[in-house]
Amino acid sequence: MAAKMFRQCPDSGLFFHKSAESLMKAHAVLGVVYLLVGGFLGLLVALTRMPSLHLLSAEDFYLALSIHGTAILIFWIIFFEMAVLYFAASTLLRCRPATPAFGWLGFLLMVIGSTLVMVAFFRGNSSVMFTSYVPMPAEPIFYLGLILFAVGALIGCFIFLGTLVIAKQEKTYDGSVPLVTFGALTAAIIAIFTIASGAVILIPTWLWSLGFINHIDPLMYRTVWWALGHSSQQINVAAHVSIWYAIAAILFGARPMSEKVSRTAFLLYILFLQLASAHHILADPGVSSTWKVFNTSYAMYLAVLASMVHGLTVPGCIEVAQRKKGFNNGLFEWLKKAPWANPVFSGMFIAMIIFGFIGGITGVVMGTEQINLIIHNTIFVPGHFHATVAVGTTLTFMAITYFLIPVLFRRELIWPTACKWQPYIFGGGMLILSLFLLGAGTLGVPRRHWDINFSDALLQFQFAGTAITMLGIAGFGGFLAAVGGALFCLIAVGSLVFGKRLDPGASLFSSFGFPMASSCYNVERPGKLGLAPVEQTGDGGVQAKGTFVLALVFLASFVVYFFINAKYLSSIWPMG
Amino acid sequence: MSILPPSQKIWWKEPIHGIEMMWIILALIWCLVLFLWMPYWHVYGKQNLSNESYKTSPEQFEAKANTMAKAYTVRTDAKSNTPVVHPPAGSDVYMLGRLWQWWPILELEKNKTYRLHLSSLDWQHGFSLQPTNINLQILPGYETVVTITPDQSGEFAVVCNEYCGVGHHTMLGKIYVK
Repeated sequence: MAAKMFRQCPDSGLFFHKSAESLMKAHAVLGVVYLLVGGFLGLLVALTRMPSLHLLSAEDFYLALSIHGTAILIFWIIFFEMAVLYFAASTLLRCRPATPAFGWLGFLLMVIGSTLVMVAFFRGNSSVMFTSYVPMPAEPIFYLGLILFAVGALIGCFIFLGTLVIAKQEKTYDGSVPLVTFGALTAAIIAIFTIASGAVILIPTWLWSLGFINHIDPLMYRTVWWALGHSSQQINVAAHVSIWYAIAAILFGARPMSEKVSRTAFLLYILFLQLASAHHILADPGVSSTWKVFNTSYAMYLAVLASMVHGLTVPGCIEVAQRKKGFNNGLFEWLKKAPWANPVFSGMFIAMIIFGFIGGITGVVMGTEQINLIIHNTIFVPGHFHATVAVGTTLTFMAITYFLIPVLFRRELIWPTACKWQPYIFGGGMLILSLFLLGAGTLGVPRRHWDINFSDALLQFQFAGTAITMLGIAGFGGFLAAVGGALFCLIAVGSLVFGKRLDPGASLFSSFGFPMASSCYNVERPGKLGLAPVEQTGDGGVQAKGTFVLALVFLASFVVYFFINAKYLSSIWPMG
Repeated sequence: MSILPPSQKIWWKEPIHGIEMMWIILALIWCLVLFLWMPYWHVYGKQNLSNESYKTSPEQFEAKANTMAKAYTVRTDAKSNTPVVHPPAGSDVYMLGRLWQWWPILELEKNKTYRLHLSSLDWQHGFSLQPTNINLQILPGYETVVTITPDQSGEFAVVCNEYCGVGHHTMLGKIYVK
């Protein structure tokens, strides 16, 4: 008789496999550790760029900024994404994970790799920012750490694929994989492409730092590196959109409006999203306009189309589910009656709105070949990606954590009132930060810059007073966001340690990656995962009208903002 | 349910709802407008990136900038000890980036067109002309040529907006337009 390795969560009905569950926990916890480190340094960065405070010295500022970017954009997010991959394959498909031992090897490599990078940073000679553009050198262990981390993540991706194969072979589910798993598969495919690009550029750069290669061409570095740097953010998009669909299903029992539309949109991501690395070399020499126009538009914006489709179908499927429950008055009763006090919902919905309205629109505008001239490397860029990554991805991951703590870790959340407010504090702070960085960037303020008053410089320049004021407000937003972020870390870690045990087997160790008491695992093989119930057709009144109105407002904002920037572009010096 | 296998085994055969179809069409039209705007601006817009760039070396580029500075220096900025160069209207002008300055200071004439050559002698730099707000990436080994026509007079600063080490925030240059 095979050992009993599964347990069923009595609250959600989900099945967790012992090995997969431990891997999920370990990756998620490490992710939160890096969120804490990166978030704290982000606070110091925000308070330094606040002109009235100017907290850190120049050297410390560049160090803090390098760590902030790397710890958040790479370590926090990819650790958490590995947990998402195990969840989407093993838990959602009720399947044992492929080669869990290799899963731990991958985890170990990610831990060693990220630690080496941190050591390189704190030794002080590798403040080269997240991008580490050659020929500015970092220590060899910096590149080595990134390579090891990437190999570890690659192992995680292949285990995900292997698990899908096992699930198919062992027939753990009927029909096609669920949409959420399909989206996670998109993320894994993009991740493999991304990590391969990273290897192509980081291995030679590592050898260069050791002296075995004498020259790395800076343009080649930028072109290939961004296939890592930007594509890794596209993993996030695919992952957090999948989580949006998951949360819609978990909280509302929502089904996709059309599986065909949502899945095709994910397919467009695989085909076109990676072209976005071109956004970063729009102002570079040596690359032709034709190449820039085709690639920066993700081939005629087909990946943007995909995001706009998800932007309609995610809230749309929630609206349809809510209307079926009877919240059918007017355009927005379904939204008003949504569980705004539940952080799983509020976090996800705030993430979606800010990701689309702020992150999405500004991203496309600054990725327009010529408009990039007035935006490249200004603080507009961090304004954009704090809306996409800090709100879109991070807040989504926070939201799903509120669901996972009871279900996966079997602990009750501590501080219910704090849980209720945390997404609003974090999301609100980040919204202020984003908007005012975008504003200051529009006035030309550079990113990654310690002193825009140029007090130590031999020449002088004064930015507009408005720009200074906006940086001050952005700093306040950053502070508020840091409060929200710290609250999240406190709630998460606090619940893992002090939260009421929902299962007597949930020990302290099992909160940090160890399996629960073996008596908890009492299922040998979960029942086959059946098809979703057939939709009752004919109730024509159930249509996502409110969402469609929201989508039209979005489109109108998009058009207006785009042409405002085109007008601004036409006011600068003529050039060609 | 998005966390369950689709109710139709062949999900491709699911219908698309009216609202979804309408949105896809609207979004696709907007995507095409965004795409076509870029070639349109190349033809009708006045602010475009040049496609002109050359491989160079720090020594070669520095020599060219020196030659220009030697021929056309009109005065020296006392505090930074940088030459202020007034090249003939319509000529090729050079500005180099290095740790941590933009060199030399240029004096240009309003509404005249210049071919501005930019490169870096060491690390990557960002040419950010303020307050008009033109931003270009400058790489060592690559010579960027942009044709510019200053249409405002006054004093303009060249801020470095690509992080280039601990003195990054002191890296400034100047362009005067008369």
